[in-house]
Amino acid sequence: MELYIFDGSLEGLLTAVFECYTRKSKIIKLVGQAHYVPDVFDAGFHVVSDREKGERVWKGLCAKLGKEWQLRFYQAYLSERPEAFQHLLNFARYVIDRPAGASENYAHPDVLAISQTARQVHREKHRMEAFVRFQKTGDGIYYAHIEPDFDVLPLVSEHFENRYADQRWIIYDLKRKYGLYYDLEKTEEIELGAAPQLSVVNALPAGLLDPKEELYTLLWQDYFKTTNISARKNTRLHVRHVPRRYWKYLSEKQR
Amino acid sequence: MYERIREKLGILADAAKYDVSCASSGSNRKNENKGIGDAEGAGICHTYTEDGRCVSLLKILLTNHCIYDCAFCVSRRSNDIRRAAFTVEEVVELTMNFYRRNYIEGLFLSSGIFKNADYTMERLVRIVKKLRQDERFNGYIHLKTIPGASDELLREAGMYADRMSINLEMPTERGLKLLAPEKSHSEVEKPLKYIQNNITQFESEKALIKSVPKFVPAGQSTQIVVGATTESDKEILYTANAFYRNFSLKRVYYSGYIPISYDSRLPVIGSQPPLIRENRLYQADWLMRFYGFKVQEILDDLHPNLEIDVDPKLGWALRNLDRFPVDINTADYHMILRVPGIGVGSALKIVQARRFNRLHENHLRKLGIAFRKARHFIRYADSPMQLKEYEAGHIKNLILSEGKSKYQSNPDNQLSLF
Ligand code: SF4
Repeated sequence: MELYIFDGSLEGLLTAVFECYTRKSKIIKLVGQAHYVPDVFDAGFHVVSDREKGERVWKGLCAKLGKEWQLRFYQAYLSERPEAFQHLLNFARYVIDRPAGASENYAHPDVLAISQTARQVHREKHRMEAFVRFQKTGDGIYYAHIEPDFDVLPLVSEHFENRYADQRWIIYDLKRKYGLYYDLEKTEEIELGAAPQLSVVNALPAGLLDPKEELYTLLWQDYFKTTNISARKNTRLHVRHVPRRYWKYLSEKQR
Repeated sequence: MYERIREKLGILADAAKYDVSCASSGSNRKNENKGIGDAEGAGICHTYTEDGRCVSLLKILLTNHCIYDCAFCVSRRSNDIRRAAFTVEEVVELTMNFYRRNYIEGLFLSSGIFKNADYTMERLVRIVKKLRQDERFNGYIHLKTIPGASDELLREAGMYADRMSINLEMPTERGLKLLAPEKSHSEVEKPLKYIQNNITQFESEKALIKSVPKFVPAGQSTQIVVGATTESDKEILYTANAFYRNFSLKRVYYSGYIPISYDSRLPVIGSQPPLIRENRLYQADWLMRFYGFKVQEILDDLHPNLEIDVDPKLGWALRNLDRFPVDINTADYHMILRVPGIGVGSALKIVQARRFNRLHENHLRKLGIAFRKARHFIRYADSPMQLKEYEAGHIKNLILSEGKSKYQSNPDNQLSLF
């Protein structure tokens, strides 16, 4: 077994696949720089991310994979999980070495693991599309922040662009310290110098908000309460759909 | 000012909550005008109420004034409650402001009947028209048809709404006459038919001319109240089935009756809504829509009611043991779909994966089937030798004892689909 260490980027991961073929490595253990603990007995091979090598691997994969699997590959990568990186490397080699269609073999451990991880990431993307709560600022920008388990911002931008084409908005990932800003023309990645300090109902300090913002938060909270049918109360079901870890970002859960 | 709008929202959301339809999917309205909103693809549940229902649309009444007196309805004339009515502008503003903050997918607008049907319907139409034209809103709009409204207004409404619906309320004419003597099923059928004909007509024009406007692109639905009157599940499902067929409905909703009235014709206040029964009806409905079951296979004169202790798919399998076991490695897709514990997703994966390997137990477990339930009905590559064939009652007991937590000690009465 050979140890490969890469920088954690997608380009790095694809480069690692490339190196497996040039170095004729058989069994690889792939670790991200962030998780690598130097070992006296096994120095490991440091993969140097390389755009051209990465692209060649991606092209090779695309030739074998349908659109859906290309997306799954990317989604699994965005899970940021160390074991997903390993599965992605194994999966890429498995697919490249076989005729197209091999990715449908759900009984294969890497195929299965990636399809499951991709599904989790997809689910979280979907939850973010649901749970983002914008607040309108004094300058008319709709602002929201999130802290997703996986790095899903790249997956949600299209959704919000299509939906909110006529308003400027920011969605900020507090955990990864970057966000998306849509300015009516295009969406860009941004970093906020000092991420606003946040209580949730007023994610932004009241002074920055549109004067009507408080009313709409209240109306939404009222609506959430009145639309409930207490004769049907079912907390277990409620929590299954709205996991507690998201509550602090949901204005309707703040009362 | 704040207080008045909060009060109205309180009253008019409270009165609308008994309508259980919630879907915001099935439309194809895209944001093509650089306006706001997108109702294409699957809808999103933005939150869930504490009773576990999805909140996807702002569901409100335009007013809870009503000239009718249907016994099962909070807005009925004889009920002593506070009344309120939104203005057209208020509904538009609420919808837009909720939508812009990503609280909702759109609007579900219903109303009590004030003055007369057309007077009310005309206001509903003004709201949707304003949303589409002035606000360039492309989100989802579900509009409740007011019984007795004129064809012209229905047609105009259909030009702006994504879905329209009109409730059957009671599963049979007999039940409806008992609680709402002024109403009839035929007055539901007439607008359903009218809208359906228009949908078909617009569709056929679309084949010829590309720029035909959308007309109720997400189709129609209806709601049946369960447990207010004495109809059997068979009567309910056969009615639903007939409406699916005759009016090409997208959905039938089943709403377990929640007592809200001291009327002696109705269950007393405080009695539990029939939640398990409601859930069984949804499961049976899924079997008809996605699993290829005919309604006659699910219920007949010998079995007029769905069982409480087993879901309808398992119930069917136990009554038809001669169709089992099903060989996972060779059976056709439709038969795999009929195995208890195997859903649409895993059935598809099974037929894909078996092209590569003969499937063993460990594969099946990983593919996400409910193996402990399914194993009584299937054969696979490493099936244990079966010494004797179990009979139905025995299998049922095995499944029930293994799944105890799910079927018995379930205080909140909510079950998952299969
Ligand atoms: S007509 Fe509709 S709103 Fe009026 S009482 Fe009957 S069900 Fe209620």
